[in-house]
Amino acid sequence: MAPPMSTTPHGPGLKVTDLRTSVRRRAWSAGARWAFALAALATVLVSALIIWTVASGAWTFISQVAFDNLTEIGWFPRRGLFDLSTLLVNSVQISVIAMLVAVPSGFGAAIYLSEYAHPKVRKVMKPTLELLASVPSVVLGVFAISFITPSILTNFFDDINFFNKLAAGIAVGLLVIPLIASIAEDALRAVPVALREASSGLGARKVTTSIRVVLPAAMSGLMAAIIVGFSRAIGETMVVTIASGGGDTSLFNLALTESGGTFTSAMAALGLGTDQVAGNNLAFQSLYFLGALLFAITLVLNMLGDLIVRRLQNKY
Amino acid sequence: MTQEPDATVPEVTVTAETAASQHTRIDVSGAAAAPMAANRADTQTVFHCDGVHVYYADFLALRNVSLNIAAHEVTAFIGPSGCGKTTFLRCFNRMNDLIEGARVEGSINYHGVELYQDEVDPVEVRRRVGMVFQKPNPFPKSIYDNIAYGPRLAGAKRSELDDIVERSLTRAALWDEVRDRLKTSAYGLSGGQQQRLCIARAIAVQPDVVLMDEPCSALDPIATGRIEELIAELKTEYTIIIVTHNMQQAARISDMTAFFSVQANEMGQRTGELVEYAPTSLIFTNPDDPRTEAYITGRVG
Repeated sequence: MAPPMSTTPHGPGLKVTDLRTSVRRRAWSAGARWAFALAALATVLVSALIIWTVASGAWTFISQVAFDNLTEIGWFPRRGLFDLSTLLVNSVQISVIAMLVAVPSGFGAAIYLSEYAHPKVRKVMKPTLELLASVPSVVLGVFAISFITPSILTNFFDDINFFNKLAAGIAVGLLVIPLIASIAEDALRAVPVALREASSGLGARKVTTSIRVVLPAAMSGLMAAIIVGFSRAIGETMVVTIASGGGDTSLFNLALTESGGTFTSAMAALGLGTDQVAGNNLAFQSLYFLGALLFAITLVLNMLGDLIVRRLQNKY
Repeated sequence: MTQEPDATVPEVTVTAETAASQHTRIDVSGAAAAPMAANRADTQTVFHCDGVHVYYADFLALRNVSLNIAAHEVTAFIGPSGCGKTTFLRCFNRMNDLIEGARVEGSINYHGVELYQDEVDPVEVRRRVGMVFQKPNPFPKSIYDNIAYGPRLAGAKRSELDDIVERSLTRAALWDEVRDRLKTSAYGLSGGQQQRLCIARAIAVQPDVVLMDEPCSALDPIATGRIEELIAELKTEYTIIIVTHNMQQAARISDMTAFFSVQANEMGQRTGELVEYAPTSLIFTNPDDPRTEAYITGRVG
């Protein structure tokens, strides 16, 4: 027998005091509410603090730098040359290579898992795929210079630099595959079975149903996967720093077989803080400027993604 | 598996109370279907089913169904929930193949061809035996693309599509309502319109048979009435098999009615079976089997 829930009388004889809550309990409820609110507030405050720090540093940089130096031959912060196009081109190149690797294989894996795989297979494969996401990016960076470049890329490019953007892009791609596959698989699985049945009922084969019904129906989710993947790729630091842009300087260069720094690797190099950086003209402030720029790029990407997703959803 | 009846041997579960139904069951299965077939000798048989059992893995969902489906008629399957009528319907276009572990035993013969043999490609079957589902399930595409989907799969030329779309929508009594917005999303249509769109989509590939799985269960009475009118018109061109929960609907629109019932074994597994198959007028006025009578008069189910 369970003990009675309440010791106060039920039914006739009930007084208002029996239904009153204790002061202690009321204080506990109010306290819990404030604790949760504080936790929520803390995250907002931290975000605001980050934005303020980055923005004020970036302002110091932009208000003091000579604008001619933003379009010079390359990224040489300690010499006062801050060519943004160098870093932008490298960042975009590496991210695009990463997407070329990650989108086909990520979507392919998603289609396999959601449309073809036997439930038992999926049960094993999905966690395995997500395990790839838990590989630390520093490990993938090392993988790029110890395997991708020497064992694979050297077979195709004779004069490839040991540090190069191609290997960095491929490694970032590997890093992003599980992210894209996972989001894409969720999107595909969210497509109602009824649509697959409708397609099969009209005499469509599985591959036709997958490509012509399920993929378009999941389009907004797939676009989200691409955009989240791209933001992840452009923000990836460690792989790029190890595999392509380890030095704190880089000359403008379009060749993928050459090394080159990105926004992130340039920031990492500056942030490592060799004694030559601090106090030396504007080098250290450029770190904040790059941070602000990167922040703006990912923000715009996410907003763009949101817009695309909403437009696609509105259409159908 | 031990209690499953052998498909080739008639059932032998005769007790005092099921003796009557045993009689009927033999009537509808196998050779004794003659009296019914006699007055229908002039109509062509589309499906000839003999001793059909359907399993989901080890679970017997439907036991020993034998019946013939005549061309250009509306055949209705009625019966309580879980009696296997939808399961049986999905045998005719091999839709059960899509369900993991589903297995069909016995013979389903389609115009003389055994449907369940290795050589038969279910995709080819489904191009001839179309299906309309319980809930309207248009694709998230335009109205036009919904209709054109099947014909495109079948290799229709671009130039033919406009015609096919117009013809199919006209046939499904939807053309006048949507002619000005063919390129807009099918999701903008009402539930009843969506279901007519699904019917139009099914007939756009010019099938031989249209299977309908409770096509009106998600619709209001007015939309239901329109679909029923449509079914009556469509049977001049197509053979229609319809599953319905609504007995009045079966009575209104069908030529033949099959009543299915469900029996639980000692392990609580519910297996469906065909109780009675007869012309609709007969089944609703003078059913042979007491279970049919109990169901249609509303005492059970």
